Amino acid sequence: MKYLDEYRDSNLVRALLARIERTVTRPWVLMEICGGQTHTIMRYGLHELLPKQVEMVHGPGCPVCVTPAGILDRAVELALRPEVTLVTYGDMLRVPGSQMDLFSAKARGADVRMVYSPLDALRIARAHPERHVIFLAVGFETTAPANAMAVYQAEREGLQNFSLLASHVLVPPAIRALLASSACRVQGFVAPGHVCTVAGCKEYEEMACAYRVPIVVGGFEPVDLVQAILVLVTMLEEGRAAFANAYTRSVSYRGNVYAQNIVSEVFEVADQTWRGMGEIAQSGLRIREKYAQYDASRLFDAKLVEPTVPAVCINAEIMQGLRKPTDCMAFGTTCTPENPIGASMVSAEGACSAYHRYRRQNVETMP
Amino acid sequence: MCLAIPGKVTKIVEENGIRIGQVQFGGIMQPVSLDFTPDVVVGEYVLVHVGFAISRVDAAEAERVWSMLEEMEMLAGELPVELPVETTRRVRPRRERP
Ligand code: SF4
Repeated sequence: MKYLDEYRDSNLVRALLARIERTVTRPWVLMEICGGQTHTIMRYGLHELLPKQVEMVHGPGCPVCVTPAGILDRAVELALRPEVTLVTYGDMLRVPGSQMDLFSAKARGADVRMVYSPLDALRIARAHPERHVIFLAVGFETTAPANAMAVYQAEREGLQNFSLLASHVLVPPAIRALLASSACRVQGFVAPGHVCTVAGCKEYEEMACAYRVPIVVGGFEPVDLVQAILVLVTMLEEGRAAFANAYTRSVSYRGNVYAQNIVSEVFEVADQTWRGMGEIAQSGLRIREKYAQYDASRLFDAKLVEPTVPAVCINAEIMQGLRKPTDCMAFGTTCTPENPIGASMVSAEGACSAYHRYRRQNVETMP
Repeated sequence: MCLAIPGKVTKIVEENGIRIGQVQFGGIMQPVSLDFTPDVVVGEYVLVHVGFAISRVDAAEAERVWSMLEEMEMLAGELPVELPVETTRRVRPRRERP
C-alpha cells in the first residue's frame, strides 16, 4: 500500500488496524461525518485496509457540498447587481447553481471576490464605502463563530455597506435526521473533530444515549481516524452504545465557549435546507432580528427557491450512506472536478471529489 | 475551508477593536483574530479556521498537523499560498528548542 507507507506513523496505523481485525466478528457500517476525514480515508486507502466487515460510508460534513443550490442562485443574482460586491470562500466559486456558478457570474462582469476569512470581507467593505459588500457565509459550527464575529464587528464599527448572505448548517440535527430515516444503515459515527473543538461534546453524548448509537469524536490524521474506528468497533462488538472523545488533543468537553457565545449573540437556530438532503428542522442558523440590517436575505428580500437536482446526481444517497460515488453514472465521465454536476464533486472534502482524486483500479461499489 | 490549520503567534496588535495576532504559517504571515482564544500569548501555537484561532495547541501538535496537511495537499484551500510543495516543505514550523 503505497499511500499509507508515505505516512510517518504508518506502523502505528497498521498496529491499530490489526487490533480492529482481531476485535471485529461481524459486519458494521460506520459513517465519518467530516469531509476532511473522508479525504484522509481515500488519500491513504484506509477503506481498503480496514477488515472487510468494517464498511465506511461518508457523511454530509462538507460545508460546500450541503449549501443549497438556491442560495447560490441567490448569490449569483445579487452579484450581478451593479452596486454589489459579492465576497466568499474560494471553494464556493465553482459550486453549480441551477443557472451558473459565481465564477461564470464574475466572467459576466459581476464583482465577485474570493477571501480566506470574513475579516477580509470586512476590510473590503471598509475600503469601498461606495459598494455594498455581501459576504456569502456558509459552514458548520466551526465556521459560524467567524461569520458571526463579522456581523458583530460590522455593528460595532457602524459599517453600513456590509451584509451576510448566510447558510449555516449544524451537525447534530443532520445525524438525528439520518438516524430517523428507515433506510439508515449507519451503526456508529465518527464525529467531526474540528466541529467539536468549537461546539464541545455534550450534544453528541446526549445523542449516543438517546439513539443508542456509539459516537466517537475523531481527528483527521490516519492515526486519529483509525483509533476512533477501533473504539467504535469495540463498543459495537461489546453491545455498548456510548460516547467517547478520541481526539482529546484538540477537543474539550465544553468546546470553545467564547466562540459559542458570539454565535448565540448573532444567530438563532432555524430550519435549514441541505443540498441533497432537503429541509431539516432546526438544523441551521439565521441572523437574529437585532442584526437584521446585516442580513442580506432581509435587505434584498430573498425568496429561496430550491431548484431540482439534476436527475443523474445521487449526492443525497451518498451523504446518507446509501450509495458510493462510484455508483453514480456520471462519476468521472460527465461529472469531474473540472466540470462538476453535483456539489460533492467541487470541494476537495466532497466524497465524489475525494474518490475521483484517489481512485484505484479496483473501485468498490455498494453490495 | 473545512479544516483548521496550526500557526505560531508572533505578535499581537489591536485593530479596529479586534485582538489580532500576526500568525506564521510556514513561510507566510497572516493576521488572525484571537477573540476566541483571549489567553493566547506571543510564541504560542493556535489552530486557525477562516482567520480565527479556535484553540491553542502545543508546538509538537502544530508541527504534526502542519506536515499532515502538507502531505495531503490540503493547505491551498485554507491559506493564500500558491507556493509549490517543495517550497512550503522547507519552511514548516520547527519544534521549539528548550
Ligand atoms: S459524481 Fe457528480 S453527479 Fe454523481 S453523485 Fe457525485 S456529484 Fe453527483
